[in-house]
Amino acid sequence: MKLLGRLNWDALPLDQPIPMIASAAVAMGILAVLAWVVIRGHFPYVWREWLTSVDHKRIGVMYTLLAMVMLLRGFSDALMMRSQQALAFHSQGYLPPQHYDQVFSAHGTIMIFFVAMPFMIGLMNFVVPLQLGVRDVAFPTLNSVSFWLTATGALLVNLSLGIGEFARTGWLPYPPLSELTYSPGVGVDYYLWSVQISGVGTLLTGINFVTTILKLRAPGMGYLRMPMFCWTSLAASLLIVAAFPILTATLAMLTLDRYLGFHFFTNEAGGNMMMFMNLIWAWGHPEVYILILPAFGIFSEVVSTFSGKPLFGYRSMVIATMAICLLSFMVWLHHFFTMGAGADVNAVFGVMSMIIAVPTGVKVFNWLFTLFGGRVRFEPPLLWAIGFMITFVIGGMTGVLLAVPPADFLLHNSLFLVAHFHNVIIGGVLFGAFAGYEYWFPKAFGFRLHAGLGKAAFWCWLVGFYLAFMPLYVAGLEGMTRRMQHYDVAAWRPWLLIAAGGAAVILAGIVCQIAELWVSIMRREPLRDVTGDPWDGRSLEWSTASPPPAFNFAVMPEVRGQDAYWAVKQQARAQARPPSEPEYESIETPRNSPTGFVCAFFATVLGFALIWHIWWMAIAGLVGAWATFVAFAWRDRVENVLPAEDVARIDRRNRQARSAAPAVLAP
Amino acid sequence: MKHSAPVGAVRFGAACGLVAILAGCSGVLHPAGPVGDGEKQILLDSVAIMLMIVIPVIVATLAFAWWFRASNSRARYLPDWAFSGRIELVVWSIPTLVIMFLGGMAWISAHDLDPAKPLPAGQAQPLQVEVVSLDWKWLFIYPDQGIAAVNELVAPVGTPLRFRLTSGSVMTAFFVPQLGSMIYTMNGMVTQLNLRADRPGSYLGLASHFSGDGFSGMRFETRAVAPAAFAAWVAAAKSTGPVLDGRGYEALSRQSQGVAPFTYRAVTPGLFEQIATQRLPPGPGPQGDGASPAAPSETAP
Repeated sequence: MKLLGRLNWDALPLDQPIPMIASAAVAMGILAVLAWVVIRGHFPYVWREWLTSVDHKRIGVMYTLLAMVMLLRGFSDALMMRSQQALAFHSQGYLPPQHYDQVFSAHGTIMIFFVAMPFMIGLMNFVVPLQLGVRDVAFPTLNSVSFWLTATGALLVNLSLGIGEFARTGWLPYPPLSELTYSPGVGVDYYLWSVQISGVGTLLTGINFVTTILKLRAPGMGYLRMPMFCWTSLAASLLIVAAFPILTATLAMLTLDRYLGFHFFTNEAGGNMMMFMNLIWAWGHPEVYILILPAFGIFSEVVSTFSGKPLFGYRSMVIATMAICLLSFMVWLHHFFTMGAGADVNAVFGVMSMIIAVPTGVKVFNWLFTLFGGRVRFEPPLLWAIGFMITFVIGGMTGVLLAVPPADFLLHNSLFLVAHFHNVIIGGVLFGAFAGYEYWFPKAFGFRLHAGLGKAAFWCWLVGFYLAFMPLYVAGLEGMTRRMQHYDVAAWRPWLLIAAGGAAVILAGIVCQIAELWVSIMRREPLRDVTGDPWDGRSLEWSTASPPPAFNFAVMPEVRGQDAYWAVKQQARAQARPPSEPEYESIETPRNSPTGFVCAFFATVLGFALIWHIWWMAIAGLVGAWATFVAFAWRDRVENVLPAEDVARIDRRNRQARSAAPAVLAP
Repeated sequence: MKHSAPVGAVRFGAACGLVAILAGCSGVLHPAGPVGDGEKQILLDSVAIMLMIVIPVIVATLAFAWWFRASNSRARYLPDWAFSGRIELVVWSIPTLVIMFLGGMAWISAHDLDPAKPLPAGQAQPLQVEVVSLDWKWLFIYPDQGIAAVNELVAPVGTPLRFRLTSGSVMTAFFVPQLGSMIYTMNGMVTQLNLRADRPGSYLGLASHFSGDGFSGMRFETRAVAPAAFAAWVAAAKSTGPVLDGRGYEALSRQSQGVAPFTYRAVTPGLFEQIATQRLPPGPGPQGDGASPAAPSETAP
């Protein structure tokens, strides 16, 4: 038995300059950041206040940061794909198939699991407890475990860049290609373990948020008074709880095939690849709504706030959200109409898929009527929302088109399909994430982002998106299928060249976003938000300071209707004085815990060991993770207590700043 | 390799001609048969119906946002207006009605254009073609003619084509964009597809589901020719080329890329069934590397 399993020097791609340079750059970057933190003496602060934090706000920020860093990685892959396809006309381009196949597989995996998911979950983490008027999520330490397991998954994916290889199967590893016979390398194993480990984290997040929203709400915060983002987060969390176990089970079956010679999905011995496709999409389609529903919630908040109006048709929106939640489980087969299932099956799933367009259409109309009669302020978050509404209806239309089976017979797996799902995922999920980022940034850090650069980023992204993906619709109609490493059909070429140009414009948008963050941090004093309410907001997160104290609210807010904070402000305006001072009590806050971080360390060891068949190390990782939980379960002190005087001192300072600012009292 | 100038020029010209044909009309919007035609019609009709809502919504979004901008003093501010039963009724009705209409269309067309549904035969007797996707090439068996072709599909114009498809390796999909309907090929399973080419010509055929490293080169030319020309092609194929039997198939099923089209003069009867039922085992994947290639092949360009 070899001590290091399959791992040896051949695992380093020394003959391939691109991954070598990329992984060296990533390693240097990580080392540079670590060195800076340690040398400048920030490490104790980072450890105490961030790495071991169980504060939902800190965890939310870390999730969002992870998503944005991974966005850079996923986007680099996108640039490589677009440039390869621009070059590979009658030629091999610069990426051989072995490498190109890894690039598109990593792109999809990273963008879904390590950009879109953490971005949405990060915003949920930061915002939901604040909007509900509570002090934390139901299980704060579990929340930290969730985050760190997600980070483990992201780390493993990126490790594959320098050690071994990533999957060459696409972002969903369809068997039998992903079986040992056809993919003997470690690529699929990297995929399996990184997605499995981060999937556990996601499932725990779902449980945490369902519990939080159902059981922890401020007094008076009935279900029909919850902000729309809380509703959509509830729906997304319910979907996570229902759908992620399917993913875990499906990938576990593929793992058994690969590791222990089972035959769930193999060609031989009665394995059935269609079972994998059915199962993976029984998770995969709800997954789409796990991503888009929170984005719908963000747009609801943003459109309502920047129109200075309550959300139009709130109850309709709630019904539509929950209808989508339910229907999303009944349409999975539209991902493989071309399986040859027969007309009745295809027709039923086609019609079911279209039915989802009804509640979605209702949502679009309700945002439209929220704008109607408003006083619309074109701040960056609203620009993203308007860009979304226009882009998303186009993506929705092509989606309904693909739900018509005979149209799908022509367009399935083509670049038309690629254009469609980027149209809804960029135009919906990512625009939503950016809107939320711009909208809640001042709440998280106490200063606004630079509006000019934010608007520049928006316009680059919008124009870049249309340039990059509208041509792909055309190329798809010209018959070009997805994932082509080279081609020799001249009709496709111009569209791929334009698309590459579009990717460059999106790059400009990303540069603007980095500049926006940098400039805003440098000029944070003039951008400071002293009121805690920079946008004239309507829900409870704006009633506390920016950034909020660790305990969120000095006293639990009393909720008397929808748009809870708007009502408070209206009253204060009517009486021309701020609300009177409450009676302060001492507050218990959960103690920070390194459980999540340590557990994720062992999970990383475990994952890496399983990928490379290093069994002793896998056992060590498993035992370590288990022991961490045991140690946590036997802890003596659970909470810190903040005395009432301290609460009063912190809150008085905030109230002073707030009443000194004219915005609150102005009509 | 060097060619003499005239041969090179002829080849170049032929290549350009092919490219021009493909460039002019390679896509699904230029169908050459009834299936592609019907599907294209459904596609365009659906888009037209949806645009009737989508365009007004886009215009209204821009118009509302612009008119109700904070700086426009002429716009009426309705700070508490958040419900209207009538508008609610309309916003639920419009998508519902459109989806009922489109859903009906989807239901009917899914049945009309079901890939497994035979096309009306007319005078011409349907032609049976058995398709096997391999790593990374296409095998077309003509059971009634007793011949087979690799990476080249020849079919008589106006004749219904009855495809039965399976995979000798991983899953992929068979697709000739201008004829319509793609369909998956899976080892151990048989799918069915019915197509017809009504215009003579050369059409691009491809694998439309990712199947590994050689996927991008897994293309075949589909030539729709006059029935007489088809008969001539069959006769020519019968006179030359190797025989496709179990051993020949096993050699062919090993991974190879960029295999130039060629034909088999004879095929063991029932070979397709043997592949589909796995009496002939699925391709060995990359472990099978190093074995001699089955057929005259050249590496990808």
